[in-house]
Amino acid sequence: MRAMVTVGRADVPKVLSVAKLRKEYGGKAAVEGVSFEVGRGEIVGLLGPNGAGKTTTINMVLGVLQPTSGTIHIQDLDLAAQRSAALALTNFAAVYSPLPGNLSVYQNLRVFGLIYGVKSLGARIAELLEQFDLVKYRDVKCGVLSSGEQTRVALAKAMLNRPHLLLLDEPTASLDPATARDIRARIREFAARDTGGVLWTSHNMYEVEEVCDRVLFLARGRVLLEGNPRTLPGEHGQASLEELFITVAREPLALEQR
Amino acid sequence: MHLHRAAAVALRHYYLLRGSLARFLPLFAWVAIDMVLWGFMSRYLNTVTSQEYNFVPVLLGAVLLWDFFIRVMQGVTMVFFEDVWSRNFLNMFASPLTISEYLGGLVLSSIATSTLGLLVMLVLASTVFGLSFAAYGVLFVPFLLVLFLFGIALGIFGCALVLRLGPASEWFVWPIPALLSPFAGVFYPLSTLPAWMQAVSHLLPPSYVFEGMRTLAAGGAFQVSTLLWGAGLAVVEILLACAFFTRVHRQAVRTGLIARYSAESVS
Repeated sequence: MRAMVTVGRADVPKVLSVAKLRKEYGGKAAVEGVSFEVGRGEIVGLLGPNGAGKTTTINMVLGVLQPTSGTIHIQDLDLAAQRSAALALTNFAAVYSPLPGNLSVYQNLRVFGLIYGVKSLGARIAELLEQFDLVKYRDVKCGVLSSGEQTRVALAKAMLNRPHLLLLDEPTASLDPATARDIRARIREFAARDTGGVLWTSHNMYEVEEVCDRVLFLARGRVLLEGNPRTLPGEHGQASLEELFITVAREPLALEQR
Repeated sequence: MHLHRAAAVALRHYYLLRGSLARFLPLFAWVAIDMVLWGFMSRYLNTVTSQEYNFVPVLLGAVLLWDFFIRVMQGVTMVFFEDVWSRNFLNMFASPLTISEYLGGLVLSSIATSTLGLLVMLVLASTVFGLSFAAYGVLFVPFLLVLFLFGIALGIFGCALVLRLGPASEWFVWPIPALLSPFAGVFYPLSTLPAWMQAVSHLLPPSYVFEGMRTLAAGGAFQVSTLLWGAGLAVVEILLACAFFTRVHRQAVRTGLIARYSAESVS
């Protein structure tokens, strides 16, 4: 299990700072006043029921959805003003955004490596193929790989530029437990070894508890709870993180009033 | 602008072309068929009409130039459609790639693919049907340049249209050249058209090219300044198309269309 990180520790350099983020569609808020930070070397879980605003928040951090108000800083770069420079420090993998299936693993990594301006690209690709056990699939089209292999390719792409901020939207969804554990180990390794922080969404509370240093519970577009996933359930009278999740999903108002 | 990012967009298309006969063949097969069809048509017309009039430079030359324009336009839109078909928008637009770099990549790719089509047409038209480019003189190169610029403008406009209206709207883009051809005067002088159609023609850079081409083929003198006007018009239209694409992209980011493009959920 990872060493615990104090919530919002001031001495940890921040790779992501989100302040008063709001997104509304037709006058209805999908995300409302969300503020949080991710520190270097930290894995932060963004949790919440379907429709809570997790993917909306991630899309805003990725620059593909413009916030109605609020600010996003990646390192010290304002995403709204320095979009390209900020996104060069970022990368992501999402279960709903696979790499083009009609290109091989190597071709995809080469194209995205150029887009992210990766230095010594050939060597970096070789390193990632090795790290993610993809050497034998180097020239195989991504579309014919199994979902576990495709996830490994997506993660290899997400780590091409050694991102300062890594966004992972349900990276282990639809994976078997053995593959999911393998993926978790690689992401923990990234956070421990490299200089990046990770923002992670998942519906698997076991894995969140195992991997994340800190979690944020979102419900109806707001951050409802924030804290250490191992102590947070007890602080709110719940036996486990899963019980707490269910309470957040079913009775968010009860938690808001506490 | 980082050229390596634009090159990445073009490289992706090169990989796709290299690995797929279904993508590679259309780069030159249809234009080659057009050359054969219109080459024989020109020969036949030469046998049944006045001996002094040669249809080859007028008819076959016109088809060659018009096909080149279509290849340029489709060279741009095809690269964009690959992102639509492979649902790749999120990967591309959530990266440091800027709009100018992305559009630059589409143009780079179009230069390569349209050049291949042009070479095949030039070889077929000159060797099999005796099309002599001396009939147009040095102006043949600026003719191609004006058509290239307009093809780029229309290609970028088509991409913006599909980005705005959703994946199914690609069928609005394919017929655009056919829609414009009556106004561009590909096969007849603009004076043949009614006044309102001529007014539209004057906004289309190809109309200056085809007027010039016919004048030169008939042995007449053609004002270079007229062609410069066409080139200037094409450059302005490229800038307008880029501005339109940027505006549509901004709106797509504001509404969330980019993130859920395949759902066609945002009208």
